[in-house]
Amino acid sequence: MTQINNSLVKLENVGVFDNDKWLVKGVSFEINKGQIVTLIGPNGSGKTTTAKITLGLYKDIEGKVQKFTEKVAYVPQKISIDWTLPIRVNDFMNLTNTLTNDEIKDALEITGTPHLINKNLKSLSGGEFQRILMARAIAKKPELLVLDEPVQGVDFNGEIALYELIKKISDTLNCGILLISHNLHVVMSKTDHVVCLNGHVCCSGTPIDVANNEKYQEIFGKDISKILSVYEHSHDHIHKIDGSIEKKK
Amino acid sequence: MLDDFFIRALLVGIGMALVTGPLGCFVVWRRLSFFGDTLAHSALLGVTLSYTTEINMALSVFVISSIVALILLKLQKTTNLPSDALLGLLAHSSLAIGLVVIGLLATIRFDLMGLLFGDILAVNVNDIILVWIGGAIILIVLKIIWKPLFASTVNFELAEAEGMKPEKYNAIFTILLAAIIAISIKIVGLLLITGMLILPAAMARNISDNPMQMVIFSVIGGLLSVLIGLFASLEINTPSGPSIITAGLLLFILSLSRIKKKTQLNN
Repeated sequence: MTQINNSLVKLENVGVFDNDKWLVKGVSFEINKGQIVTLIGPNGSGKTTTAKITLGLYKDIEGKVQKFTEKVAYVPQKISIDWTLPIRVNDFMNLTNTLTNDEIKDALEITGTPHLINKNLKSLSGGEFQRILMARAIAKKPELLVLDEPVQGVDFNGEIALYELIKKISDTLNCGILLISHNLHVVMSKTDHVVCLNGHVCCSGTPIDVANNEKYQEIFGKDISKILSVYEHSHDHIHKIDGSIEKKK
Repeated sequence: MLDDFFIRALLVGIGMALVTGPLGCFVVWRRLSFFGDTLAHSALLGVTLSYTTEINMALSVFVISSIVALILLKLQKTTNLPSDALLGLLAHSSLAIGLVVIGLLATIRFDLMGLLFGDILAVNVNDIILVWIGGAIILIVLKIIWKPLFASTVNFELAEAEGMKPEKYNAIFTILLAAIIAISIKIVGLLLITGMLILPAAMARNISDNPMQMVIFSVIGGLLSVLIGLFASLEINTPSGPSIITAGLLLFILSLSRIKKKTQLNN
């Protein structure tokens, strides 16, 4: 196996115990180059905690995390920026790395936000800010990209376009992606490996395996999981990020 | 030229303003104004230590302030108390210990007012050298750690996730704060040093819309405060340290008019 070369991060039976309870326990998975691993599960099931363990944000954990790359980019679920800090999109793009103006422009172009470059972060809407977070992460050209609910606050068309983008990033950069989302129907069709969490791993495998798993259906309700199970996405047109539709060639 | 007490005061004040400008921005951004106060209070203990052991005052203040700062970082991690409670605890207890030690040294003549409010007109050539060399070192270190420190100021988790080691740089920044307090204690005194850190930066915040701009305005504001304050104290015979801070306050009030215009424009 070429696993040693391709593996970006490997979690073995990890867990976090905090305030007298397990936030999450017994989670194992591995992310390889070019692979999208999706975490799904109800609220409080430990998705964000698992993402943070993967990033090394927890100091006291059970189990073992091995990270084989330093080029990591993170799009957190919530980010609070103190508004005592005057900061423009342009400054924010350079936060953890030094980019050329062209690299910044390209990344903003991809997420449909080039017009925001000189805006103050404070003046952005929730959806705009989310796209800037994505743009910043992409611009870093990471080997491992961790996306925690990356499309919240983005309008529906933009959402689909952003998921298409995530798929494209994983293909072009050949980076590994850890994706957290509750939008099962869109997510599932783009994913290589799904981990369904509920305080522990309740099931995992390919999207179809998971969708047909009884435990998964138990958590999300049989009807919903059927409707949403696997949304095989094959349109004859493309939804662009700005909402317009383009015919596929 | 350096014989003139006023020129010496100007030189040392300018040197200090060049350093408090950028550091002050981080103090404001990171909501550390009370933290600066705590360090300044603990400096009193450092001063008494230097009287008892005859170590250089700046050095002993630096050592004690750094220790208090590191104790704080440790307590923040190990207790569930909020930061402001811990800061209060450290500020008041180190101030109290400092005063107790002064009491024990009743035989030594001690200029408490000078210590609290500083005496910029009494600085000598050695003080000028200390401020300029110490200040240069602080600025060089700040320049080196600027990126990770700024990233961890914007968002700690993001910085940590992307390998910027925010904890390490926070600690270094804390040491830099202790250092600026150590070199400026004789100039503006314990009570006014945080004013010098915060006022120019707060003024700059009102008129800037990006980080670099704020740092530059903060330095300019600090320099103007020193110049206006010193000339005022010369002309109308007011105490120089407090005059500098009052000048800073006036600049802050002036900068408020700029915010008003901005918000009107936005509407």
